[in-house]
Amino acid sequence: MSTELFYQSIPSLATALEAGKLSSVELVRSVIDRTKAVEPKIKAFNSFDEEDALAQARESDVRRAAGRTRGAMDGIPIGIKDVIAVSGQPLTASSRMLANFISPYDATVTRKLKGAGAICWGRLNLDEFAMGSSTENSAFGPTSNPYALDCVPGGSSGGSAAAVAAGEAIVSLGSDTGGSIRQPAAFCNLVGLKPTYGLISRYGLIAFASSLDQIGPFARSVEDAAITLGVIAGHDPLDSTSYRTEVPDYRAALKTRTGPWRLGIPKEYFGEGLDSEVGRAVEKAIAHYQSIGCEVKDVSLPHTEYGVGVYYIIATAECSSNLARFDGVRYGHRSKDAKDAIDLYFKSRAEGFGAEVKRRIILGTYVLSSGYYDAYYLRAQKVRTLIRNDFLTAYREVDAIITPTAPTPAFRRGTKADPLAMYLCDIYTIGVNLAGLPGISVPCGFSADGRPIGMQLIGQPYHEAELLAIAHAYERAHEWGQRRPAL
Amino acid sequence: MTMSHPTDLNIDHVANLARIALTTEEKARFSEQLGEVLSNIEKLKEVDVSGVEPTAHAFPLFNVWGEDEPQAGLPVELALRNAPMQRDQMISVPKVVD
Repeated sequence: MSTELFYQSIPSLATALEAGKLSSVELVRSVIDRTKAVEPKIKAFNSFDEEDALAQARESDVRRAAGRTRGAMDGIPIGIKDVIAVSGQPLTASSRMLANFISPYDATVTRKLKGAGAICWGRLNLDEFAMGSSTENSAFGPTSNPYALDCVPGGSSGGSAAAVAAGEAIVSLGSDTGGSIRQPAAFCNLVGLKPTYGLISRYGLIAFASSLDQIGPFARSVEDAAITLGVIAGHDPLDSTSYRTEVPDYRAALKTRTGPWRLGIPKEYFGEGLDSEVGRAVEKAIAHYQSIGCEVKDVSLPHTEYGVGVYYIIATAECSSNLARFDGVRYGHRSKDAKDAIDLYFKSRAEGFGAEVKRRIILGTYVLSSGYYDAYYLRAQKVRTLIRNDFLTAYREVDAIITPTAPTPAFRRGTKADPLAMYLCDIYTIGVNLAGLPGISVPCGFSADGRPIGMQLIGQPYHEAELLAIAHAYERAHEWGQRRPAL
Repeated sequence: MTMSHPTDLNIDHVANLARIALTTEEKARFSEQLGEVLSNIEKLKEVDVSGVEPTAHAFPLFNVWGEDEPQAGLPVELALRNAPMQRDQMISVPKVVD
């Protein structure tokens, strides 16, 4: 296993920090140096602020010297997707619309991370406004997959995934509306968790589709993901969709919850369109669970094939509403050529948004428009109920569900120019968002040419501790997640 | 309930509702691409949704109330920091009425 500081786990770094063998300043310098060395190839960051990160690290070291350290994440650099507010830092959503925007306040997750002593590090690239599955839709250029530089890192949280995979951060935060954490995690050999809707506050997250969006961690191990989740989870009065639930000790659960579990395999996720290497890797993972005493049974999620259609109605409808705020008046890009106030809206939005964002706003506006609402939006909401019921029915018989995270490993840049082809990449991850469930992607193999493969574990609402423990039971017996990219 | 045919998408009308100025090229391209997406969405017609309640969000909470207590907001300088144009601590915009 690699011994470079920037590739170590949170517990091993925390131990070294605690023992005085390492300072946070040394750790942050190591991550900064690594970032500068590999960033020309990876391009995971929209921006980073070395001085700010080092200042945070010095404060952490001062706290530690005074015996006032704040736990396992104190002094640990965490990368933040550039759609989550960090006070005083840029917040661009990888859009020309917000190219010059500076956050006036911290998102709740940022405040919690700072409260735990973590070092908020850099602004990570994404598909513009989190709309995409490849990070090619960024106004500031694409990010590369560290394991295959001509391939995409996945999306929309591609920068968050690539940075952790390449050692440019210890862990990172992304957001997941239809798979935007789990799919890039699978493409970049990482653990990526989309928590249950409501577990994490969305205050300070730029809204894409409010009934689907959740923030979650990327990590190189289940334990690092569990530690990060424990810091950011919990009720927040500033987000009315935030759920009042106890936050268990997720890290301790990895040791205390040992199964065996009943695991469901939905046949709808193993059919046409699934790459054979991905299918074989997930089958082997299922066999492992059987070998450790888990009961594996077939379950059916019969409305799976409608997921993409439902998603692209609901997500675009919500985005057309949420992005109406970008009007060139109070903040964001303002056109210099507007004839009058109304023209200001039309031109500012035309100049500020990229093609995919415009396409989705148009689709969302259409499905909500007079005469079409019942046929599209209302019907989609009803099919959404059926999709959620499919999962809840399956959970009468099983504790969790195993599927591939994505139909294929990372694809080459520029090979999915057709929007529909790109939308179909999300086929295995969308149902989890529509049903509001927790889902985690875990490394489970590589293609013959060295591209990572991930499996998805889907849990019951607010059962993240169980889900992480199930993921950990596989991870501890396999070394996939420890394979680093050759950079 | 019948699904409308994808060619119903009147891109000029919808772009006007969305307040986005599209170029002629964008209109042609988006119409074609969204036509394909809408054809795929047509599949939802197959589903029997009679008697099914719509789900607006998969979330076990409704009507969340907070105490009505005044709290400090952002200072004006900070709130206006990202304004494209400002004057006398106000955002300035093109003339709205003649």
